[in-house]
Amino acid sequence: MKAFWFFTLFILLIPFVVHNPYYLNVLAFVGLYFLVTMGLSVFIGYAGQISLGHGAFYAFGAYGSALLSIYTGWDPWLATFLALVFTTLGAWFLGFFILRLRGHYLVMATLAVNLIVYFLLVEMEEITGGVSGLPGITPYCIFSYCFDSDRRNFYLIWAVALFFFWGLLRLLSGRIGRELKAIKASEQAVRALGIPVLRYKVATFTFSAFLAALAGALYAHYLTFISPKSFDIFYSVEVVTMVLVGGAGSLWGALLGSFFLTPLPQVLSFFEEYKDIFYGAILMLILIFCPEGMVSLKLRRFLRR
Amino acid sequence: MDFLILAQFLLAGLSAGAVYALIALGFGVVHNATGIVNFAQGDFLVIGAFVAYTLLVSWGMPYWVGFLGAVLVSSLVGLFLERGILSRARSKEVLLLVFITVGASIFLRGLIKEIWGKRPLILPPVEQGSEITLGPFRMDPQYLWIIGVAVLAFALLHFFFRYTMWGKAMRAVAADREAAALMGIPVPWVVAGSFALAGALGGLAGVLVGPVWPLSFESGVHIGLKGFAAAVLGGYGSFGGALLGGFLLGLLEGIGAYLVSSYKNIIAYGILLLVLLVRPQGLLGRETEERL
Repeated sequence: MKAFWFFTLFILLIPFVVHNPYYLNVLAFVGLYFLVTMGLSVFIGYAGQISLGHGAFYAFGAYGSALLSIYTGWDPWLATFLALVFTTLGAWFLGFFILRLRGHYLVMATLAVNLIVYFLLVEMEEITGGVSGLPGITPYCIFSYCFDSDRRNFYLIWAVALFFFWGLLRLLSGRIGRELKAIKASEQAVRALGIPVLRYKVATFTFSAFLAALAGALYAHYLTFISPKSFDIFYSVEVVTMVLVGGAGSLWGALLGSFFLTPLPQVLSFFEEYKDIFYGAILMLILIFCPEGMVSLKLRRFLRR
Repeated sequence: MDFLILAQFLLAGLSAGAVYALIALGFGVVHNATGIVNFAQGDFLVIGAFVAYTLLVSWGMPYWVGFLGAVLVSSLVGLFLERGILSRARSKEVLLLVFITVGASIFLRGLIKEIWGKRPLILPPVEQGSEITLGPFRMDPQYLWIIGVAVLAFALLHFFFRYTMWGKAMRAVAADREAAALMGIPVPWVVAGSFALAGALGGLAGVLVGPVWPLSFESGVHIGLKGFAAAVLGGYGSFGGALLGGFLLGLLEGIGAYLVSSYKNIIAYGILLLVLLVRPQGLLGRETEERL
């Protein structure tokens, strides 16, 4: 836990050193990605399944909250709360059906969910604004204090992310963490012990979907503009890649993966035309030579509480 | 008149289905050898089509050269993906290997963009300018070429898997890797051969579809996903399943395009989801997966 408090201090101090709004924007996005990857890391690392459909939940959070607040004029906090409730219930319901599928079939089913949501966002133009997007989303406000700058959103996003990070670290070091680890080690043995495996899988799936939706809502009210392109399957692939590059099943791995891959495309834009080639090559190299992710490099001993 | 339009859509759907089936077979061959999903499969198609474009349009070669060149180059890319990259991975965990192919796909897309540019390219058709008319029914002969060549390829593959030494070796590796190795089958070469075959199938699909669909460097992702969906729909890794899934998905799309064209993708993927909920192993898949 010491590492966690050091990290919190580090995040708190960043805006005092970094004043450039563009860098703060990138760092706020690291926080948004981290929210999604920490949930996915538990789902992938412990339940041992992949979802390439979390872009759909990210979209539900963002569009749900934005549309509710635009069409009803409700306060963004309330709209976000309702969007999260609906998305979580939906994910839970979907999870019970979809998590009976295995391996490639589950990958395809989650991809299909994401593709359908994406095409719906594009096609239902009268409601969602279609490809040209949905402008005019109001930012979160507490009385007259509005989260309308990069710096304020940086703090808001990281406060939420750190809260869940802290909670998950505590949770995984307890009984639930042990049971999840056991499921990963041997599903049959755990089932024989009477632990409801499917229920655990559905729970981790639902929780990761909730975090993705939360990140989506924070994203929508931060940028005040959303378009379907941010919620396509490339997003889903990107977050899973972050989890694997960082190290699946480790929250610190999810953090490292988010910190490394979020700014990478911007950094690589230095190479202009060649940036995709470099990005692909870097991904392959990490996954080939460092299969347990970046956490396994040197930091592991230090981070192990 | 309406019926004629529907027939046009069905023909287009069938030819799309043939392409999806070719890609689905590519997914299946790789899966049977290694157990992974190769997300670069769609990029093989684009590489095949663009190599053919260079040979046919830029260098003015005859059609059969373009054809062979496309198949050869994309099968070499497949071979390199296995020998040069995947076989070097420190961990053979399926999930990691799958995401190495995701990295490979991004890399290949970047490379394609570098070589052939961002503009969509369209191949010249096999037969220039001739349109087949049957009474009031007109069609592009390229559709018939696609379906005909694909069916010929399926027949050859069937023959290959049944009667040749290499085909039998691939099936043996798919059935039981260790036992195959004990029988003296060079498993690493069979695995490499599977990737080359998957590449060749992708390249073939690319040359066939290049004259009808304008392809750009990113097209591989969405066409590849359709092929993946076809493979899952039919039953992953099964030969008959790939054909059934491919043609079914193509027809569904054709009918969907006839009814509400902008919702065709939603319909296709929606039906796929429904099928999976009822039959989690795909249409022809068995509980213990049937393989090629």
